[in-house]
Amino acid sequence: MAVDRRVAVRDDAPGPVERATTNPVRRRRLPFSPWHLLLAPMALAFVFPLVQMVLTSFMDDSEINRFPPRFLPRSIDLGSAGGRGQERASGYVGLLTQTPVLHWLLNSTLVATVAVVSHLALCSLAGYGFARLRFHGRQVGFFLLLSTVMIPTQLLLVPTYVLFARLGFVDTLAAAFVPWLASAFGIFLMRQFFLSLPTELEDAARIDGCSTFGVFWRIVLPLARPALATLAIFTLLGSWNDLVWPLVAINDESSYTIQLGLANFQGTRRTQWSLLMSGNVVATMPLILAFLFAQRQFVATMTFSGLKG
Amino acid sequence: MTVFASSAPVRPARTTRVRRRLVGDLTGWGFAGPATFVVLGLSVFPALWALRISRQKWNGIAPPKPLGWTNYQLMASDPDLFSAVRHTVVLTALFVPLSLLLGLLIAIALNQPIRFAGFYRTCIFVPFVVSAAVTGILATFVFNPQFGIVNAGLRSVGVAPQQFLESPSQVLLVLVLVSLWGSVGFTVVVYLAALQDIPRELTEAALVDGANRRQVFRYVTVPQLRPVTVFTAVWQTITALQLFDIIYTTTRGGPLGASQTVVYYVYYQFRELQRYGYASAVSYGLFAVTMLITLGMVVYARRRGTEAF
Repeated sequence: MAVDRRVAVRDDAPGPVERATTNPVRRRRLPFSPWHLLLAPMALAFVFPLVQMVLTSFMDDSEINRFPPRFLPRSIDLGSAGGRGQERASGYVGLLTQTPVLHWLLNSTLVATVAVVSHLALCSLAGYGFARLRFHGRQVGFFLLLSTVMIPTQLLLVPTYVLFARLGFVDTLAAAFVPWLASAFGIFLMRQFFLSLPTELEDAARIDGCSTFGVFWRIVLPLARPALATLAIFTLLGSWNDLVWPLVAINDESSYTIQLGLANFQGTRRTQWSLLMSGNVVATMPLILAFLFAQRQFVATMTFSGLKG
Repeated sequence: MTVFASSAPVRPARTTRVRRRLVGDLTGWGFAGPATFVVLGLSVFPALWALRISRQKWNGIAPPKPLGWTNYQLMASDPDLFSAVRHTVVLTALFVPLSLLLGLLIAIALNQPIRFAGFYRTCIFVPFVVSAAVTGILATFVFNPQFGIVNAGLRSVGVAPQQFLESPSQVLLVLVLVSLWGSVGFTVVVYLAALQDIPRELTEAALVDGANRRQVFRYVTVPQLRPVTVFTAVWQTITALQLFDIIYTTTRGGPLGASQTVVYYVYYQFRELQRYGYASAVSYGLFAVTMLITLGMVVYARRRGTEAF
């Protein structure tokens, strides 16, 4: 009976045949898939502000402050240091000479480096511990870690600030990187990865006399490269783009991260658009380039985290 | 080992067992300890501390005065908090459905075998790496009432220029658009992964049984996407309820408090007014409401037969 039905369906199947005949007709009406009509404007809307950011960073302020706005710069203007007369600092030259932006970039680089290195080390160790080792308090510890994902940042603002003040972290870079030393997300990610590995290799190494740390360092960690890459990108993006903790705990301009510096430009350099856009480009370009080169790894990271929020 | 132990070698066996356990515990916590300490020390510990602070009157300098639940009672008669709640509700009610719809639509389109799909995907994902500080500056530029490109676009189709972020009635809508720009990439990635996880046999079977494309979507694809939709809805709701970064970097709650959200209000009470106790109480209030909403969504989904967690 089943065979009969299949044959019958195939006999009068309207689907594929009909589609085969209607498709050329539709194609004649529209020379491309109708999905382009949705995707092309969408893609434009998403990329347009970034393109305009780059183009505007090469304009001078008089060219920016006009209506209707000009999209392409008339000539490439790198700005000026300003100072004398009525001229204000503008563009890349103004940014580099009149603001501590290089210092802030260095700060952000330091913060991101410490965050990534510490995140990879601590979370892979803990992930391996929770995945493979048997010890007292393992389940309680893991349950407590699980419960922390529900705690929102806003709840931590006041006590973390007070804690940082007591530890002497306020106005230092520690306030920016300490919140990124490790995360529950990172521990889960690594634990899940280690659980997915077969245990045979580790058993063999242990029988051959390898210590627990030796197994972790020589056998397991080299296999964990994809998970480590995901975690590194997560931490890099999070710590480089973080605004909340520097904002709460850093008031001293020499300890600003690039993000905090940019956010506070809004108060001090509100209308110096070419300078602001140059700052945006400097702060974003490294990440955009990294994204373009390692898109697959970035997308894997996106899947794991809602990060922005 | 212990099974065979007779009376004579009991003591050495027990000591080796105790010792082995001790070594196991030390090794385990040596692996898991540092990360667990950092994560719990920066989440559970401050969260409990915040509960204590929320029952005090404290400005961070003078000794704290215990108040009992007074701070929580104050919330019930705080008109500024009410309007912050109203703004947050409006933002969430706009942001969550839009981000789900847009994410689904773009994911379906990107899942089609069309040309440039990779290019479109890159364009739509790039804003994911852009920080809140940069997004804020870009948004104030693009939506600038005097020379912003959006107003130029509106003028070219005959619409009068708008005030956008400087208008109390439009600011929330613009902020929703800005947040969508930064976060739709996440929903697209999640939906795209879910679409690609739908077994081919399911859609093919439906086509063979004579369903047309629309019916396949309605009766095969949509039910398959239900769990991921619940998950994303919960995630985006939490994100929207805690919106802060973008507000700080665009309007700082303005104009006339029209974009003050609950978390921004927490920040304002904490940093500007030094009301540590009240700020903590409000953040606990928001935490409780977020938990209730999340639980409600999950329970509702379960009732309808969808398990998302």
